[in-house]
Amino acid sequence: MSTQEQQELLSLHHVVMEFKVSRRATVRVLDDVSFSVKEGEILCLVGESGCGKTTTGKIAAGLLQPTRGEVRFRGQNVWTADKATFRQYRRGVQIIHQDPYASLNPTQRVEDILSAPLLRHKIARNRREAHQQVLDLLRTVDLTPPEDFIKKYPHQLSGGQRQRVSIARALTLHPQFLVADEAVSMLDVSIRVSLLQLLERLRDQMGVAYLFITHDLAVAKYFAWEGRIAVMYLGRIVEIGPTPQIINNPQHPYTRALLSALPEADPKATRSKQRVHLRSLDVPSLLNVPRGCSFHPRCPLFEEGLCDGKVPELHAASNGVQVACHLNEKVTA
Amino acid sequence: MAETTQTPYTLKVENLRVSYQAERGKVKAVRDVSFTLQTGETLAFIGESGCGKTTLGLSLIRLLPTTAAIEQGKIIYHHNGEDIDIVNLNEKQLRRFRWREFAMIFQGAQNAFNPVLRIWDQFWETARAHGETNKRRLRERVEETFRLVQLDPDRVLRAYPHQLSGGMRQRVLIALGLLLKPPLVLLDEPTTALDILTQRSVIDVLRDLKGQMSFSLILISHDLSLAAELADRVATMYAGTLVEIATVWDAYYHPLHPYTAGLIRAVPTLSGERQDLVSIPGSPPDLISPPSGCPFHPRCPYATDECRQKTPPLIEAENNHLVACWHWDEVAADGGARMKEQVEA
Repeated sequence: MSTQEQQELLSLHHVVMEFKVSRRATVRVLDDVSFSVKEGEILCLVGESGCGKTTTGKIAAGLLQPTRGEVRFRGQNVWTADKATFRQYRRGVQIIHQDPYASLNPTQRVEDILSAPLLRHKIARNRREAHQQVLDLLRTVDLTPPEDFIKKYPHQLSGGQRQRVSIARALTLHPQFLVADEAVSMLDVSIRVSLLQLLERLRDQMGVAYLFITHDLAVAKYFAWEGRIAVMYLGRIVEIGPTPQIINNPQHPYTRALLSALPEADPKATRSKQRVHLRSLDVPSLLNVPRGCSFHPRCPLFEEGLCDGKVPELHAASNGVQVACHLNEKVTA
Repeated sequence: MAETTQTPYTLKVENLRVSYQAERGKVKAVRDVSFTLQTGETLAFIGESGCGKTTLGLSLIRLLPTTAAIEQGKIIYHHNGEDIDIVNLNEKQLRRFRWREFAMIFQGAQNAFNPVLRIWDQFWETARAHGETNKRRLRERVEETFRLVQLDPDRVLRAYPHQLSGGMRQRVLIALGLLLKPPLVLLDEPTTALDILTQRSVIDVLRDLKGQMSFSLILISHDLSLAAELADRVATMYAGTLVEIATVWDAYYHPLHPYTAGLIRAVPTLSGERQDLVSIPGSPPDLISPPSGCPFHPRCPYATDECRQKTPPLIEAENNHLVACWHWDEVAADGGARMKEQVEA
């Protein structure tokens, strides 16, 4: 992307999300999550299952309203904005789901799936115009020749082709921002790369920004090399910064543990890796989040009295990285 | 079979062919697969979904669904100087054979347990079905195995499956599989659906176990990093056929089959700079009517007329390195670079 001044597109400010789990108990799934994404920028959310990645994605896409905190699109708080602004936001932000087998209506042909939003939002004035636009969309996502695909039902397509249809559907409304929630995780490796390259090309050609959610740090590194990575743990962002920094010089003990634990498709590298040993393997329940730094019961650097006291805030470490760790704060202070 | 094995082997598979009967016709899921598993080694089968690796695993232990049939081939299990052809075992013999001689640890630990039985009762029921009558003896053996997989027997044995985390369940399943110290173990996607840190603990447990118990291991996984971590040798499957078998080092750093070369270049790594990745154009073929000749030819940049007409046999191209490709020497010469050019073109 060009280095010129880019405008802030979408941001979350101190977002808290709570769900009721019984009449009395609520579970806090997200706690004080803030980030912003500029036009054409890539932000990768990584973390293990249950850390709040998907919830964050749904909030960013406007599918969930946060319990507290703000979601701003082009500077406007979308949940207090007027109807027209909200509609603009919902058109501008689209989501690509993980499972291309579940996210396409099995009773509709590709043409119906793609032309419905075009007609509904009056991007196409009539069926004939919609048909032309559907052909263009299919070409954009490399389903060529489009005539071969337009009459097909989802079950007649392979997983990779279905995911391309999902991407085409997300593009129908010309969004500026795409939330891709594990969008390539279910695909085979030989197909995964071409999908990532397609998403990259959309960014280069149309300036689409991404919130790219994945549990796979190697995929995050590949896709967001020029962007940023945010690492989540138990509903909080514990580290955020430029991808090369996070991957090559992680600051938070959790990020270090993740990177050291990951097996790699390179026998020499993966067998000679230095491992970070955690004090406990158990992930605490969100119903009973540990006091202070929520990682402290597992953290190899745990310091009594410091880590189990206050919740660490994100603070600036080196090279544009922000870390939420007391010990790191002590070192850099 | 070009493979020359002087070393003792645990399993020798010859020309195995397995098909499913589907409405549209016969799905040829495993086609003339031959390989030898040496005693004590870990052999990883890699390949994408639908390449036949799980069907191969199920047929080795004769757990195929009723719609599938072994059409031809031998599966010779070798132990204590005796050869048994698993294909010829009847149900009664199979029941004695499974678990005691050959244990399979399935993917999806959450579905492998009976949800209404405590873990101890699952162990007791399984052991009783295999002729164990003494609870105390079983308990001792369970405690010993649990120590190996780093589980606390007092806590875990009393628990119901849903009370354990995914990683613990997977380790319980491994312990259950290894309880009778079988000489041969088959693991199907042992770490899929586990989180990174949990996955690490399972991998470490598997490596420790291998060191301490010295069983032969067949590992089935789509995850190339898991194979890189655990395997001694790697077997690549494509469209129901075995296209390459090599040591883990050769498979990753000196592949001779274009498909293996493409797969390895398709996976991003964490170390170093961002590298260019390769995507293999097209998609895996339909196994009802697989392509003529080499099954990979429609996606292969090395393909010639020969590849379209004649199926390449699995030959020993280099020392202990078997490949089924007419142009393996070209792949060896350019390190599979043409897989990459194709994408850029």
